[in-house]
Amino acid sequence: MAAKAPQKSNAAGSNKPSLALHVPEPKFRPGDQADFSHIDIGEAGAMPRPDEATAPAEMRDFAYGLVRVLGEDNKAHGPWDPKLDPETLRAMLGHMAMVRAFDERMFRGQRQGKTSFYMKCTGEEATSVAASMALASDDMVFPSYRQQGILIARGYPIVDMINQIYSNKADKLKGRQLPIMYSARDHSFFTISGNLATQLPQAVGWAMASAIKGDSRIAATWVGEGSTAEGDFHSACTFATVYNAPVILNVINNQWAISSFSGFAGAERTTFAARALGYGLAGLRVDGNDALAVFAAQQWAANRARANQGPTLIEYFTYRAEGHSTSDDPSGYRSAQEREEWPLGDPIMRLKNHLIAIGEWDEDRQAAMDKECAEQVKAATKEAEKNGILGHGLHHPFHTMFEDVFEELPWHLEEQAEQATRERQIKWPDQHPKDFAGKGAGQ
Amino acid sequence: MSATTDTTTPPQAEAETERRINMIEAINDALDIMLERDPDVIIMGEDVGYFGGVFRCTAGLQEKHGKTRVFDTPISECGIIGVAVGMGAYGLRPVPEIQFADYIYPGLDQLVSEAARLRYRSATEFIAPMTVRSPFGGGIFGGQTHSQSPEAMFTHVSGMKTVIPSTPYDAKGLLISCIEDNDPVIFFEPKRIYNGPFTGYYDKPVEPWKKHKDSVVPEGYYKIPLGKARHVTEGEQLTVLAYGTMVHVAEAVCADKGVEADILDLRTLVPLDIEAIEASVEKTGRCLIVHEATRTSGFGAELSALVTERCFYHLEAPVERVTGFDTPYPHSLEWAYFPGPVRIGEAIDKILKD
Repeated sequence: MAAKAPQKSNAAGSNKPSLALHVPEPKFRPGDQADFSHIDIGEAGAMPRPDEATAPAEMRDFAYGLVRVLGEDNKAHGPWDPKLDPETLRAMLGHMAMVRAFDERMFRGQRQGKTSFYMKCTGEEATSVAASMALASDDMVFPSYRQQGILIARGYPIVDMINQIYSNKADKLKGRQLPIMYSARDHSFFTISGNLATQLPQAVGWAMASAIKGDSRIAATWVGEGSTAEGDFHSACTFATVYNAPVILNVINNQWAISSFSGFAGAERTTFAARALGYGLAGLRVDGNDALAVFAAQQWAANRARANQGPTLIEYFTYRAEGHSTSDDPSGYRSAQEREEWPLGDPIMRLKNHLIAIGEWDEDRQAAMDKECAEQVKAATKEAEKNGILGHGLHHPFHTMFEDVFEELPWHLEEQAEQATRERQIKWPDQHPKDFAGKGAGQ
Repeated sequence: MSATTDTTTPPQAEAETERRINMIEAINDALDIMLERDPDVIIMGEDVGYFGGVFRCTAGLQEKHGKTRVFDTPISECGIIGVAVGMGAYGLRPVPEIQFADYIYPGLDQLVSEAARLRYRSATEFIAPMTVRSPFGGGIFGGQTHSQSPEAMFTHVSGMKTVIPSTPYDAKGLLISCIEDNDPVIFFEPKRIYNGPFTGYYDKPVEPWKKHKDSVVPEGYYKIPLGKARHVTEGEQLTVLAYGTMVHVAEAVCADKGVEADILDLRTLVPLDIEAIEASVEKTGRCLIVHEATRTSGFGAELSALVTERCFYHLEAPVERVTGFDTPYPHSLEWAYFPGPVRIGEAIDKILKD
C-alpha cells in the first residue's frame, strides 16, 4: 500500500474551538431585577401605514418594527390611528374591563373549588377585544385558549361562559370539555382544542372554503408565540400563501409559553412577524398593549383579505402578566418584577388614559364601570351556580357522554351507555331510573 | 345469509347498464358523481389535480369540474387534513387524498385530535364531514413506506369511521356513502387490487377485474351502507373475517383447499357489523381472522376478542389470526412477510383439526 495519507484537517479532534450547543436563557430569573431597556419599542406614530395591497416583499420593515399609535402623552399618533369615535373606544374599554373582571372572578372560583381549571388573559385583553372589533361579526375566528375577549366583545352571554367553566347542567358543551374550551358557532367562534396550533390550518381551510364559494367572509386565527414552533404553523403559513387565502394569522407574543421564554420559540434572533417574509405573507409587528394599534392592524389585514390581496401574519408584542393557568406559579421561573417593568404597560390603563386625554372619560366613570363589570360577573356567577358547579351533581345525563361521538349512536356505544347506567344503578340503587336517564341528579 | 348482512348485490352481467371497470375507475366514477351532485364536495391532495393522481384515481376530474373543486396541494399531510377540517367547519364536504397510507402520520394529530373530536367537543356545533382517501396495503414490493396497513391506528380513535373496499362495485358504492356521511371517514384503498383481484398466489399471472363478477359497476349514483358486511361465500365449516386484499386471498385459499367457508368481507371496521359476525360464528363454530397489518394490537385482536366474548359457547376451536408479522414491511422478503396461502392454509387446518 501507499504511504499513509496526510491527516485531513477535518479529522477528529482537529476542529477548534469545540462545538458548543446554545441553550437559550431568559434575561431574568426569580429574584433578578427586571430591566427591559434593551427592547426598542420605537415611537408611537413613527411607522408608516402601507397600502393594503402592498406586496409582502416590500413590507420587510413592518416585520421588524413596531406599529404603535398611543404615545406617552396618551394621544393617538400617526397614520395607523384608526380614528375611532369615542363611543366605540368606550365600548372597547368596557369589553376589556369586563374580560379582566371575568378573569378575576373565575380564577377565584377555581381557587374556591367551583371548577377544576382556569386561564386568565391579563395584559393581553386588547389582542382579542380590539382585534375582533375590527372584524365583521360573521367573520370566523379560530382562537386559542386565551382569547375570551372575543366572546365578550361579540356579546356572548357570560353566564354561558360560566356554565361551561362549571361543566354544569346548563353547559352547552354538556360537560365534555375542559373549562374555557368554549365553542360558539352562532358567534362565529370556533370550538377550542387543547392541541396547540391545530386551529391555524383549520382557519386557512375555512378561508379557502369561503373563497371557493365566492363568499365575502374571512377567517382570523390566534396562536401564542410558543405554539408557532408547531408544524401546523408552518402548514398554515404555506397553505395561506399558496392559495392566497383570506385569513389573518395572529401571533400573540406574550414572551412566555408556560415556563419557557420566547427564546425557545426562536425569538432571540428574529421576530415572529419576520417569519411572514419567508412565506411571502404580509407581516406586521404591533404593540399588543395598544388597543388602537391592534384594531388598526387587524382592520388593515381584514381589508387586505377582503380585497383578495391575501393573508397577513400579525405579531402582537405583549406580556403575559399572570401565570399560564391556575395550575401554574410563575414565581418559579421568572422575575416577579417583569410585569411592572414591561415597557408597553397595561392595555386597559393605556386606553383609559387615552379616553381621558381626549376628554371623553374620567376616573369616576372608570371606577363606576369597573364596579358595574364586577357586579355583572357576580350576578352571572350566581345565575350559573343555580345550574351547578363542578362535582356537585348537577351535570348532564350519563347518556350524553356517548352522544355526538358519531352522528348516530353505533351498537358498541349503545352497549357502553347501558353499562354506564347499570353501574350507576349499582352505586345508587335507591334512585329512580328516570334520574339516570333524565336530570342527572346525584354524583 | 344473515338477516343483517347487507343484501346489496352487484347487478347481473346481463343488466343493461353492464360495464366492467377496475377499482381505480370505480373510485374515479364515485368522485365524479359526487362532484356533480354536491357543489360542496371538493377534492385535494398531492398530485390529484392536473395530473390526476399517482394512481389515476382523480384523472380528468379537474378538467371537468374546475380548479377550485379539484386541486393540488403542498406536500404537507398535516396541512391537507388541517385545511380539510376547516373546510368542513365552513360547510364543505372535502375529500382529501393522502398519497400513501404510510404517509398519513404527519396528519394524525389533525385526524385524531380534531376531525374525530369536533362533533363531540362542540356538542354538534361543528362537524368534520370529510373522507380521507388513501391507498394502503402491501403485495406490490412497496417496501417499508408504500405497503403499510395502519387501520388499527384509526379504529382505536373514537369518532372516526374506517372503511375498506375489496371490489370495484363496493369501492364506488362505499365511497359515495362515505362522502355523504357526516362523520369523518378513513377510506383505505387496497392498492394491490386497484387493477385486479389478488389471490396471494404471487407466482401466477394476475387476472384483471374484467373477469371478476364484482367489476360490473353501474353508471350513476348508488350507495352501499356503512357498517354492513358482505357475504363473499356461504359455508358451514368456518367463518373467515377479512377485508381489502385479504378477502380475495382467503377466498382463493378456501377454494383451493375445498373448504366451505363463510367468508365475511367486513367492508366497514368501525362501526362493525357485529350481527353478521355473530350469526356466522354461531353457525360455523370456528373463526379465522385475516389481515395484512402487523399482529400485535392489530384490528384482528379486537375481532378475536369480540368473537370470543360474544360467541364463546358456540366456539369449537380457538379463534385464529393470520396477519403480517410484527416487523416493518420488508422489501426483498415481501412474500415471506405477506400472510399468503401457506399461512392461511395452516391456520385453517388447525381450526378444522378437531
